[in-house]
Amino acid sequence: MAELRGYKELPIGAVPFRLSTDYKTGDWRALRPVVDHSKCVKCMLCWIYCPDMAVIWDGEKIIINYDYCKGCGLCAHECPVKAITMEPEPTE
Amino acid sequence: MSMLEVRWHGRGGQGAWTASNILAMAAAIDGKHVQSFPAFGPERSGAPVLAFTRISEEPIEIHSMVYEPDIVVVLDPTLLKSVNVTQGLKKGGIIVVNYEGDIEKLYNSIGISKGEYKVYITPATKLALDILKRPITNTAMIGALLKASKLISWESLEEAIKKRFPGPLAEKNIELVKKAYELAREV
Amino acid sequence: MTEAIKTPKIPPEKQILMTVNGDEAVAYAAKQSLVDVVAAYPITPQTIIVEKFSEFVANGEVHTEFVPVESEHSAMSACVGAAAAGARAFTATAANGLALMWEILYIAASLRLPIVLAVANRALSAPINIHNDHGDAYGMRDSGWIQIFVENVQEAYDTTIQAFKIAEDERVLLPVAVNLDGFFLSHTLENIRMLPDEEVHKFLGGYRKTYPKVKVDYFDEEVPLILNPAKPLSFGPLDLYDYYYEHKMHQIEAMKRVPEVVREVNEKWYELTGRKYGDGVLVPYGVEDADVVVTVLGSTGGTVRHIVKKLRNRGYKVGTIRIRLFRPFPHKELAELLKGVKVVGVMDRGISFGSYGPSFLDISTALYDLKERPLLVNYVYGLGGRDAPPEMIEKMFMELLEIAKTGEVKEKLRFLGVRE
Repeated sequence: MAELRGYKELPIGAVPFRLSTDYKTGDWRALRPVVDHSKCVKCMLCWIYCPDMAVIWDGEKIIINYDYCKGCGLCAHECPVKAITMEPEPTE
Repeated sequence: MSMLEVRWHGRGGQGAWTASNILAMAAAIDGKHVQSFPAFGPERSGAPVLAFTRISEEPIEIHSMVYEPDIVVVLDPTLLKSVNVTQGLKKGGIIVVNYEGDIEKLYNSIGISKGEYKVYITPATKLALDILKRPITNTAMIGALLKASKLISWESLEEAIKKRFPGPLAEKNIELVKKAYELAREV
Repeated sequence: MTEAIKTPKIPPEKQILMTVNGDEAVAYAAKQSLVDVVAAYPITPQTIIVEKFSEFVANGEVHTEFVPVESEHSAMSACVGAAAAGARAFTATAANGLALMWEILYIAASLRLPIVLAVANRALSAPINIHNDHGDAYGMRDSGWIQIFVENVQEAYDTTIQAFKIAEDERVLLPVAVNLDGFFLSHTLENIRMLPDEEVHKFLGGYRKTYPKVKVDYFDEEVPLILNPAKPLSFGPLDLYDYYYEHKMHQIEAMKRVPEVVREVNEKWYELTGRKYGDGVLVPYGVEDADVVVTVLGSTGGTVRHIVKKLRNRGYKVGTIRIRLFRPFPHKELAELLKGVKVVGVMDRGISFGSYGPSFLDISTALYDLKERPLLVNYVYGLGGRDAPPEMIEKMFMELLEIAKTGEVKEKLRFLGVRE
């Protein structure tokens, strides 16, 4: 962990000195969504529901951004064709 | 006199505070320092209300209510029965009442004897009904007040009324003030 | 008290004579201050301020975006958003409305947003009361806002304009609450002198368009401290015990710089208009040789000064200090002024239940380090709009003069003008 800074080194206004995207909230995740593309009908409901904008349309299919997906499972719950399942994080 | 204090008695909706404000505005135009404020309360139409004006050559530092006015103006004679309008009034002070009728009765309802105070009357309600077609007596009473005490100039009063009321209404009020002044008399 | 300068830049005859009440004076000041956003909710005795301002908006006299919100919590929230986006933001409230703003007051201060808030001071419920005391302002004491109390309608006008100048100063960047006594000032018509619009614009440097710069790791250059999609910053996201304390230090440091800025602005205003209020921080009168000094906030300051003059004419050594800047509190300056005084009476139009009046606590703190401390008496007065007539204040002075003679304080906390 980087050394903590003193207040004289910090920007005022309670503004963080790092970009918020630097904080990889994906490491909060216990279960990860896994997409079965053979079942996916590309309705994009998961994209709409994802509270972290971690579902991305790459032009052909959806992909999950595991850097920021917190594993809340909303996408799996909302998927009308059960194409997304929540699976345990790999342990290694 | 360094500071002059006026207390206005009216009923909610009769414009006592407006009268106080117009008087203050006119005095300010004359180059005086002024304060004008109501005895603050929830607005209730018809309920007895008070307003206060302070006029001074020097900047006014006091911010509290007026307890010993030099002049009392009564916009509505029916108040005389229920309100002690002379409370705190300075010895030899002036009372200006919207009134026409028996003078002895007037003294009785104020509860004073002749010579205690200077009492002026003007038939403000009648004049207001004639000119404004409404029983709003506040500007008329400024006219009567002017008869009793030259505390502001006519020019400033006209200017203040023009600032306060839009076009034709200002003219009507100026007419009313003049008439009320003419008919005002010490009794 | 205003002192006249011989040749202000704008002589009195070039200033506009107005007869307005305190609320209207504040509204005119906000109008001339080129406010970008007003978000407000009506509450007596503040209502006239935003009512008048909404007239300016309806008449097209201002460029301001007026946001009629559904509560004071939202009013302050909208001001926070607006100010963070770079706008000059203004709102007004009183009493229970201010209490409802409470949560967001802290956010405005810690995000360092130069919002100006006019508080037409009014007593807090219950029972419901629409009249003046300082309970509402005392309630926001610890929120990180600068708090200025004014004595008359002219000062309400002057201070509202000054507040933007103080708040936006790069050394400060804190929100400012301008406190005017409800009804005693908000609804009282007085003659004031207003500057022509363009002079106020010049004084404030026009619209709010320059911003302090901050350095963050992800940009090489310093960037303006505003919400800007091209140079994104996050305002006030989560701090835990790792950084929260450090961020509070920023507010503590900024507060220290406030008095010098208030003094500078007071001085600049004096050169421009010929009006100043003591040094901007404290307004002393007759203190130099005084045995007894009374401190006071707000409109009662004038009434106290009136009595001081009267008593001094009768040979009594009395004086007064009006505390204009209440937060940050001028401890050192007060101690300096009160050095050698025998008795200090501290008037508070409010109380911290179970303790003393808030200004008394500060003054006690200020005087503790003096070698010879004055005796102190706290006078709570005027709660819920109870009038503070000259007679009552004169009686208080007589009591304090007696204490100066006997050296004995029988009751440290006194309640003026209450029935037993």
